[in-house]
Amino acid sequence: MTSTAIEPAAVGNGRAVELQAIPQLTVEQLTALMVEATSAGQRVSAFFAAPGNHGPEAPATSPIPGNTGAIDLYVVLADDANNRLRVARASLAGEEFPALTPQCPQVHLFEREIAEQFGLKPQGHPWLKPVRFQPSWRPGHDAWGRPDGQEILPGVMPPGIPTVAENPGVPGADFYRVEGEGVHEVAVGPVHAGVIEPGHFRFQCHGEEVFHLEIALGYQYRGVEEKLRGGPDKRSLHYAETLAGDTTIAHTVAYCQVVEALSQCPKSPRAQALRGIALELERLANHVGDLGALANDVGFLPTASYCGRIRGDFLNMTALLCGNRFGRGMIRPGGVGFDVDASRVAELLKRLEAARKDTASAVNLLWDTPSVMARFEDTGPLPPEICRQFGIVGPAARASGLARDVRHDQPSGIFRFVQVPVSTWSGGDVFARAYVRWLEVQQSLVFIREQLQALPAGALRAPVGPLAPHRLALALVEGWRGEVCHVAITNERGRFARYKVVDPSFHNWPALAYVLRNQQISDFPLCNKSFNLSYCGHDL
Amino acid sequence: MLNTAIHLLLLLLLPPLLPGVINKTKALFAGRQGPPLLQSYYDLAKLMRKDLVLSSTTTWIFVAAPVVTLVAVLLAGLLLPLGPFGAPIAFTGDLILFAYLLGLGRFFTTAAALDTGSAFEGMGAAREVTFACLAEPALFFALLALAKISGALDLSAMLHDPLAGPLHTVMAPLVLVAIGLFIVLLAENCRIPVDDPNTHLELTMIHEVMVLDHSGPLLGLVLYGAAIKLFVLSALILHVIAPFQTGHPWVDWPMFVGEMLGLAVGVGVTESIMARLQMRHVPYLLIAAVLFCGFGFVLLVR
Repeated sequence: MTSTAIEPAAVGNGRAVELQAIPQLTVEQLTALMVEATSAGQRVSAFFAAPGNHGPEAPATSPIPGNTGAIDLYVVLADDANNRLRVARASLAGEEFPALTPQCPQVHLFEREIAEQFGLKPQGHPWLKPVRFQPSWRPGHDAWGRPDGQEILPGVMPPGIPTVAENPGVPGADFYRVEGEGVHEVAVGPVHAGVIEPGHFRFQCHGEEVFHLEIALGYQYRGVEEKLRGGPDKRSLHYAETLAGDTTIAHTVAYCQVVEALSQCPKSPRAQALRGIALELERLANHVGDLGALANDVGFLPTASYCGRIRGDFLNMTALLCGNRFGRGMIRPGGVGFDVDASRVAELLKRLEAARKDTASAVNLLWDTPSVMARFEDTGPLPPEICRQFGIVGPAARASGLARDVRHDQPSGIFRFVQVPVSTWSGGDVFARAYVRWLEVQQSLVFIREQLQALPAGALRAPVGPLAPHRLALALVEGWRGEVCHVAITNERGRFARYKVVDPSFHNWPALAYVLRNQQISDFPLCNKSFNLSYCGHDL
Repeated sequence: MLNTAIHLLLLLLLPPLLPGVINKTKALFAGRQGPPLLQSYYDLAKLMRKDLVLSSTTTWIFVAAPVVTLVAVLLAGLLLPLGPFGAPIAFTGDLILFAYLLGLGRFFTTAAALDTGSAFEGMGAAREVTFACLAEPALFFALLALAKISGALDLSAMLHDPLAGPLHTVMAPLVLVAIGLFIVLLAENCRIPVDDPNTHLELTMIHEVMVLDHSGPLLGLVLYGAAIKLFVLSALILHVIAPFQTGHPWVDWPMFVGEMLGLAVGVGVTESIMARLQMRHVPYLLIAAVLFCGFGFVLLVR
C-alpha cells in the first residue's frame, strides 16, 4: 500500500476541523485509503460529494450549478478500535470515478447516492441504480443520461440504460431477476396493507423460498439535505427534528453538536445529561415498541398488547420532559429547551420504575414461550462477516456479536463521562436482534435512573454564536437504530455549503435484503420488523 | 319440526357470534377491552350495504366463489346434527357429502384467488391447498372412527351418542379423535397457530390473502361463510368432547349453545397463549392431526 504516507485528518466526534487541515488526495489515493482502512476493520460512516469549497466561491444560497469548480469526494472513516474518526477528501475534475464497491461493499449505496445527486459515475459499480429516483442536483449532469425535466418514476429504471457497467449491451432491468422453472416473482408495496411507510420489495422466489430480495425506496424523499444547504436558518432545526420521526432526539442532538462545534459553543453539563436522558428514553420507547411488534408478527398477543402500551408510557415520559411525545423541542442548539424540577424528577423516577416492572414481565414472557422462540431462533441470520463487509450499525450489528456502539467507541456529550455497557449477543438471528434490544432496555433504564438522581447543575442553554467559515464539523450519535452521522461543511460566510445526513437505515437496508436469502417468504415481515428500518430516514 | 326450525335459526344466526367470543377472549388475555361481542354482525351489515369493486382481470368465478362457498357450508350444516338432535337432512353415506361440501367450498375459494392473477393470492391458494391435503385425511379418519363406534354411516346416527359403546374401548380413540379434530378446526378456520386472522402482513397469510380482492357484499359473504364453517366444525367436535344430553329440548338447546360458546373461548385461549407456527412447520402439526385421528381408528379396528 503506497497511500500510507498520507494520513487523513483526525476529527473528534462533535468537533470541527478547518478544511485546509483535511489532506487533498487524488481519487486513487482516496480509494486506496478506503480499501486499506475498511480491510483493517474501519467503517465508512459517510461517503459523499460536495461542491469544491475552496478558491472562488459561489454564493452560499445559490444552487450547486452556479459552482463550476470541481466536486470533492469526502469520506468519514470510523476507526472504532482506536476510538477515532478520520476525514479525507479528493478533488474530482471529471464526471466519473472508479467504483469502490467491488472491493468495499459498504459503500455500495453511498456510490449510487453520489451518482444520483451529482451525476458522477462510479465506473465499474456492480449495480448502478438510483437510490431515491430523484433528478440530479446538477442539471445537465445525470449519471444515467436522463434529460433534465424528465419525469422519474420511483423504482423504474429509464429504458435502455444498462444497470451493470460490464454489460453495456444489456438494457437495465428495473429489478434483479431470477429465471427458471418454478421461479416466480412477488412484488410487495409501496402501498401496504398496514399503515406503514412506503417501500417496494421485489422477491424472486422458488415456492416459499426466497432466492433474492431487492428493495426500492425513495417514495419518502423530501430533499432535506438540499434544504439544509445555505443554513442554518430558522427552519434548519425543524428539518433535523423531522429527519426520521422516531429518531427525533438522536438526529437533533447530532445537528446541534454540529452547530455547536462550528460556533465553539460552551457545553453545559446539565444540558448534556438531559440530552442523554432524552436519547435513552427514545431508545426505550422504540425498543419496547419493537419487541411488541415482533410478538405481534408471530401472533403472540400478550406481549404485543402490553408492549404497545408500555411504549406509550415511555413516550409520555419524554412528553413530561418537553411536552412532546417524540421529543420535539427538547434539544436546542447550545443545550436543551426544557429543564426538569425536583417534582418532575420524582415523577419520572416513579413512572420509570413502574414501566421497568411492566416491561420485564411482558418481555420475559417472550423468552419463556417455546412457540415464540421457535419462530425467533435461526430466522434471518446475519453472519458477523457480512456485518463487517456491509458496515452494519446499531443493534443489528451487536446482535451478530460486533461490539459497535457510538456511545462507547466515539463518545460525545454525557457519554464521555458515563459509560453505558455495550450489549451484544451472538447468532445474528431474529432472536438475537430482539434480545439485544431487551439488554439495551435494561442498560438504558439504569442510565436514566442514575442520571436523574444526580443531575449536574449548570446553564440550560448557552448562546450560539456565528458559525466559523471553511470548516468541516462532524457528529456521531448512537440512535436507537444505530449510528446517526451528520457532517456539515461551511463556506466562507459560515453557512452550510453541504450538509450530509446518514441515518442508520442507510447502512442497514442491504442487511435485510441479505438475510432473506434462502428464507421462507412468510418470514419476511418478521425479519423486517427485527431490523425495523426507517424509510424516511433513508430517503431524507 | 320445531327442532329443525331451531337448527336452521342457529345455523344462520349464531355463527358470527363465535368470532366475537374468540376476539373477546383474546382481548381479555391481552389486557384490552376488545371489540364488542356482536362486532361481526355489525361488520356484515356494513359490508352488505357497500359497493362492489371488481378487478378487470377476474371472471364469473370470482363472483360465484363466495356464493358457492357459502351454500356449500350451509348445506354441510344441514347434514350435521346439532347436539342431541337429528340433522334436517340425513341419509346413509352423508358423511362423504359433508366432507366434500367443505372441499367444494375450498375449491371455489382457491379458484377465485387464482382468478385474480395476483401473486399474493396465488401464493395463498397454494398454501391453502397444501394444508388442506393434510387436514382432509384427518377429518376422514375421525369420521371413520365415529362410524366404526356407532356402526352407522349417516352423520345423525353416527354422532348421536359416541359414548354408546363400552367406555373402556371407545374412550382412548375418542380422546385421540378429539385432539385431531381440534387441530383440524384450527387449521380449517385459519386460527393461530396455523394462520393469523388478525395479521395485516400479506406474505404471512393463508386464508386472508386469498380474499384480498373481494370487497363489499362479496367480502361479507366470505366472512359469513367462514363463520358458518367455524360453527359447523365446532358442532362436529362438540359431539366428541361434550356428548351430553338430558332429553329435554329446552335444556339441550341452551346447553348446546353454551358448549359452542365455551369451545369458542377455548379457541381464543389457544390463540392467546401461543405464537403462530413457522409456515413450513404447519404440515407437521397437520400430520400430527392425521396420526391422532388415524390411531383413534386403528385402536377401534384392532
